Amino acid sequence: MAHDGHDHDHHHGSELSPIALRVKALESLLIEKGYVDPAAMDALIETYETKIGPRNGARVVAKAWTDPAYRKWLFEDATAAIASLGYTGRQGEHMVALENTPDTHNMVVCTLCSCYPWPVLGLPPVWYKSPPYRSRAVIDPRGVLKEFGVELPATTQVKVWDSTAEIRYLVIPMRPAETRDWSEEKLAEIVTRDSMIGTGLVQVPA
Amino acid sequence: MNGAHDLGGAMGFGPVAPEPNEPVFHEDWERRVYGLMAAVGDVGGWSIDEDRSACEAMSPATYLKTGYYEHWLHGLEYLLVKHGLATPQEIATGKILSPRKTVPEATTAGEVWERVTGPGSYLRQPQSPARFKPGDKVRTRNIHPETHTRLPRYARGRTGEITLVHGCHVFPDSNAMGTGEDPHWLYAVTFTARELWGRDTADTVTLDLWEPYLEPA
Amino acid sequence: MNGPQDLGGMMGFGPIAPEPNEPVFHADWERRAFGVVLAMGGLGAWSIDQSRFARESMPPAEYLSSTYYEIWLAGLERLMRERGMLEGEPKKLKKLTKDEVASRLARGSPCDRATNKQARFKPGDRVRARNIHPEGHTRLPRYVRGHVGEIARVHGCHVFPDSNAKGRGEDPQWLYAVSFSAHELWGHDTADSVTLDLWEPYLEPPA
Repeated sequence: MAHDGHDHDHHHGSELSPIALRVKALESLLIEKGYVDPAAMDALIETYETKIGPRNGARVVAKAWTDPAYRKWLFEDATAAIASLGYTGRQGEHMVALENTPDTHNMVVCTLCSCYPWPVLGLPPVWYKSPPYRSRAVIDPRGVLKEFGVELPATTQVKVWDSTAEIRYLVIPMRPAETRDWSEEKLAEIVTRDSMIGTGLVQVPA
Repeated sequence: MNGAHDLGGAMGFGPVAPEPNEPVFHEDWERRVYGLMAAVGDVGGWSIDEDRSACEAMSPATYLKTGYYEHWLHGLEYLLVKHGLATPQEIATGKILSPRKTVPEATTAGEVWERVTGPGSYLRQPQSPARFKPGDKVRTRNIHPETHTRLPRYARGRTGEITLVHGCHVFPDSNAMGTGEDPHWLYAVTFTARELWGRDTADTVTLDLWEPYLEPA
Repeated sequence: MNGPQDLGGMMGFGPIAPEPNEPVFHADWERRAFGVVLAMGGLGAWSIDQSRFARESMPPAEYLSSTYYEIWLAGLERLMRERGMLEGEPKKLKKLTKDEVASRLARGSPCDRATNKQARFKPGDRVRARNIHPEGHTRLPRYVRGHVGEIARVHGCHVFPDSNAKGRGEDPQWLYAVSFSAHELWGHDTADSVTLDLWEPYLEPPA
């Protein structure tokens, strides 16, 4: 499951796999029936392939690190604070920001499906949607974190958030101490997707 | 339903396998499934709850054997048939064999950005005051509905504490059945790992749970 | 382990499909698989608890899409692989002979054991199944954990699978039949009940 069954679907050359053919037939049917505008479909795909992704979330985090008023607002009303940067819409209608501190490490999962804050992180990676993470994040969060190379002191409490409703959670990771005089733009470059899910920490590249 | 999708606490799936520099889509057909679902969703007339419920209706072995966008494809085909937008024969052949159903105009490319980023909300006007407040101890009901629910098995019959009151939200258990939004108060409820798993750590799991899932502890 | 074998209360598997005039085996390979698994069991290289755990350890998607004897075969392969029996020199183990089969099957493998320990519970006692989630083998299904039931019978002191499956010895424990109401287990309003055989370490007095 790790690779989500892609390997056996891989066909060489122009030959389409059975599932690719199934999708192609469905697409032409729905377009022909007038339910789907092909240009709109392309625009929807392009939106999440090139326009909306974790760079948005990174800008939210960098602003929260550098602007105390924004940070306060973010933890009081994440939906509005994030919308003020232009990040709104599908799968981010109700946002909550979670603050990581030396005492508390938050991480987010959706055990039942794949809930994920699209406007700030884009579409979720395969591992986030796959059974190993969905099954283990709630029962063995520290074991999962270890696989991501994150080992927390026993004194840090791990808080896992299982996204069962339409509330979407964004982890605000801790800012590395050595970035004190960095600009917001430079900070945004080191904020990783995983650090905003809670499976990573932000580190200054060596 | 207690389906294969209800994975919290299940064992045997092996390590999490993050992929460095993972692309948004791995195959072109995944890209197309995503685009179709997003585009048809606007005219299909189904809710996200009905959509999730459709994906969960896969047989457990198939659900676990197939990848994420195959679940979506299954759900999409199921919903198209259920809502009379296409017949199974049409889906199998890709050919029109029945009259087109009258549906709202398909989203145009020019409308996509507005649709994707525009306002949407699951928040509804409450009909009654919230029963619980932050700090209250609650027990989740031990219910096993045959239909869609967002109360996972691992959190049933457990005692936790109200952490946040999110407001009054569309209730998936009802909305997935097409029997109306039936909004209820939604809470973030925090459980200790000890309560959920019998493990001795200070770690916690927080879930978003609707009032009908909860009773005073 | 909370593995794919723990099916109690799962939904979505569809109707039960009884087969009229069902044969004992459906294909010759099933007959051979059954024979080879029993014959190999006769070597005494593993216990029934270890063989159950080997089957449960199949990846869940594979487990659920395999048939019964496919799971048996996968379990056998795993048990042999774990013991280095798939490569190198054959181990020196005493084979089960044809003459022994009838007596072995007639004798079975009783798992009750003598004990000096007192049983902690008696029929009629109310007990709570502990909410534990072991990573190893257990015979306490998820659907009963944390629920309160009543001791229906005391079976005696039996080999404890959770220990025996790990090869850590038989560690015999008192075994009880414990009855739970459908209301307690599933929230269903019926007078029906489910009774499970549970070992003493799974149980505690209800708070």
